[in-house]
Amino acid sequence: MAAVMTIEELRRGLSWRKNLDKLFVVVGLLILMSCLGVLALLFLDLVRDGAERFGWDFFTQFPSRKAERAGILSAWVGTSMIMLVTAIVALPVGVAAAIYLEEYAPKNWVTGIIEINVTNLAGVPSIVYGLLALGLFVYKFDLGQSVLAAGLTLALLILPIIIVGTREALRAVPKAIREAAYGLGATRWEVTKDHVLPYSTGGILTGLILGLSRAIGETAPIITIGALSFIAFLPDSPISSEFPFLNFEWLRSEFTAMPIQIFNWVSRPDQAFQQNAAAAAAILLGMTLAMNAIAIWIRYRFRKKINW
Amino acid sequence: MGKGAFSSISYRKNRDRAIELVLLACALVAVFTTLAIVFILISESAAFFEHVSIRDFLTDTQWTPLFDDAHFGILPLVSGTLTVTFVALLVAIPLGTIIAIYLSEFATHRVRESVKPVLELLGAVPTVVYGYFALLMVTPFLQQFMPNLPGFNMLSAGLVIGLMIVPYVASVSEDAMRAVPRYMREGSYAMGATKLQTALRVVVPGAFSGIAAAYILGISRAIGETMVVAIAAGMQPTLTFNPTEPAATITAYIVQVSLGDLPHDSIGYQSIFAAGLVLMIMTLVFNLIGFFLTRRFREAY
Amino acid sequence: MNTNVADKTETPSIAIAMEDRKATSANRAKASAEKLDFWYGTNQALKNINLVIPENQVSALIGPSGCGKSTFLRCFNRMHDLQPDTRYSGSIVLHPEQVNLVSKDVDPIEVRMRIGMVFQKPNPFPKSVFENVAYGLRLRGVGNRTELAERVEKALRAAAIWDEVKDRLADSALALSGGQMQRLCIARALATEPEILLFDEPTSALDPIATAKIEELISELRNSVTILIVTHNMQQAARVSDFTAFMYLGELVEVDATSKIFTNPSKKATEDYITGRYG
Repeated sequence: MAAVMTIEELRRGLSWRKNLDKLFVVVGLLILMSCLGVLALLFLDLVRDGAERFGWDFFTQFPSRKAERAGILSAWVGTSMIMLVTAIVALPVGVAAAIYLEEYAPKNWVTGIIEINVTNLAGVPSIVYGLLALGLFVYKFDLGQSVLAAGLTLALLILPIIIVGTREALRAVPKAIREAAYGLGATRWEVTKDHVLPYSTGGILTGLILGLSRAIGETAPIITIGALSFIAFLPDSPISSEFPFLNFEWLRSEFTAMPIQIFNWVSRPDQAFQQNAAAAAAILLGMTLAMNAIAIWIRYRFRKKINW
Repeated sequence: MGKGAFSSISYRKNRDRAIELVLLACALVAVFTTLAIVFILISESAAFFEHVSIRDFLTDTQWTPLFDDAHFGILPLVSGTLTVTFVALLVAIPLGTIIAIYLSEFATHRVRESVKPVLELLGAVPTVVYGYFALLMVTPFLQQFMPNLPGFNMLSAGLVIGLMIVPYVASVSEDAMRAVPRYMREGSYAMGATKLQTALRVVVPGAFSGIAAAYILGISRAIGETMVVAIAAGMQPTLTFNPTEPAATITAYIVQVSLGDLPHDSIGYQSIFAAGLVLMIMTLVFNLIGFFLTRRFREAY
Repeated sequence: MNTNVADKTETPSIAIAMEDRKATSANRAKASAEKLDFWYGTNQALKNINLVIPENQVSALIGPSGCGKSTFLRCFNRMHDLQPDTRYSGSIVLHPEQVNLVSKDVDPIEVRMRIGMVFQKPNPFPKSVFENVAYGLRLRGVGNRTELAERVEKALRAAAIWDEVKDRLADSALALSGGQMQRLCIARALATEPEILLFDEPTSALDPIATAKIEELISELRNSVTILIVTHNMQQAARVSDFTAFMYLGELVEVDATSKIFTNPSKKATEDYITGRYG
């Protein structure tokens, strides 16, 4: 019987298919490079557009009607304060929740519901968190349009990130270590506190930084609760000169933040303001990328430090 | 040591129990957040629907809640959202999938390890910065080829959102493809198939539910995106599916109202919750589909 | 062998005629398993185990894979309680108190504080040598530095590793060799003065020289603590133990003095296993 294909036909078909393969590699690489390239181009353009504005003045001045004199002082102070609240709230709650889910939770429907909720919340659009904050924090809890409300909102937003990151870090601790500790008569909390948590701090820190880097760029939730963009004052300083040396008034203060300021300036048709927007955006972008890079570095360093 | 130590066991156990309750409370925060979101959206929407009939809401073709002659049809906002999402998917699905196939089946380990963190970084860029790109770089660029393109349009916004979610679609699809077991590929290679043929005929179908999950979750992200459209697509609710026109999405509308100063109990205030409810339902549907697809994919392997 | 646990005022004694120099003529029982059953979910892994563990002797559990020897071992320190859906029935009575270790009313934490375990793969904590041994003591409230140092040294000496680590107490335990790590784990368990020390295939991950050192150690330790060891290596059981119990498919087939089991077993199943007819 004749063969299905002669050697000739086989060779021809093969070279055709192999060329397709090579073509795909080229196409794939090209698309990859284009995407990265387009983005790199946009970032460079951003820096170039805003270049004129960079300077000490930009950081230390309030927004102003004159574009050249406008600065981001209130914006970056506001962002820092909000991040402080966010971190203080999200870290303990997120780590505690992750510990519960990873070390304590029995496999029943209650645990299932909690886990479904964590997954679901990760996919909720950020503006819905803003609506939640508006209805609940600003009005029902009467926190007003304040730094505290903004911090709490963003804490809820990044809670899933912290929970997932912490769980991964906890899971990386080998079962044998836990068994050894249990074998010596340790209780569940003692095993967690003495052995699991100390070896997970790198992963937890990574999760926190990634969460904060996400929170720093979030605009929608804090616009909804009424961040203003023409704040020409700073909230009260947390350190005061009289007893008890800690002032909490700043939590209730109205505020602005970096992304809000950028949004406001971008929306103005005046080209001078758009330059401000570019400069502020470049700074915000720089901060975000730096935080991500630090998180990735910590994750890498930590993985090398403990080899099980 | 010895029997004396046992008196501290009850202390340790009680302390453990108390700590467990605290940890459980923190874990329940996730549940309470969801309940709070549902509660707030529904209660404010309920107040809204006392003034507006559901039929009007779903069928009226104008959305002008703040005018004297107020109309409350959600269709213009939905059309805006869908159009922008559609444009974004036209970009994200092909590019994301090709990148995923390339990284999973063709790229060397070194290339993959250096590209993946960069992709991760791209996903971390603040959306307001992407909004800047869309308005002040993409639109002028497009206007060179399409001189009649208005300053605010859905095309630029859609393209940028698409670019924004390419890393996400690529990453999730690539994970799905890598999970396809090696023996399936080997069966194909052993028959003389090339990498591309194996990728398209064995890996992609094998990873199908995972890839579909990536697309669906990408859709969900595009629907929920706020700042890019608020900055670049304009805030004029118009019932249109033409990307070259300006329009408002559900998310952009909520932003627009928030920038203003509406009294707490006004219909304008309540309208953002009604819009938010529609948004929540849309993303929830897609998230659920994505979740079940992911689970089915995990079970298969 | 007869045991009598109905009488709560006397410790039961076992009179066994022994020719072997390893066993004494009368051994007190440290623990007795009575009608012990164990389930993973609906799967019954142990069926009606009745076994006496003599005090200050080494008892070995042998049998093919899946016979339940590790499962039985882990009943003694309630490690199964860490998994969901496990159930005990019957009892393991600890003497002389007559407390049932597997009873629901007995706290597993308490059991683990009295019964120590050495695992198959050495699992020291990623801490210093000193801190590894001290951990169990700290759990029990020993905080005084001098006392800790004394007890740690005592345990390290008992585990025959003091000379090798006395200058390296602050170094990481992970820097030790496999055999040293396992002896460190033994020291860690000994520091808390357990009443029974459980060994779960302690040398299966070690090289022959390390194995020999640990077998020698186990032989010496019997004078201070009751030992129950699971091993899949029959020669190890023959070298190290005084009594050997053969298990098969979740049941206890035969138990006797080691010398008798390996030279003249009573049951055919035991003989088949020992002669290698199945593995």
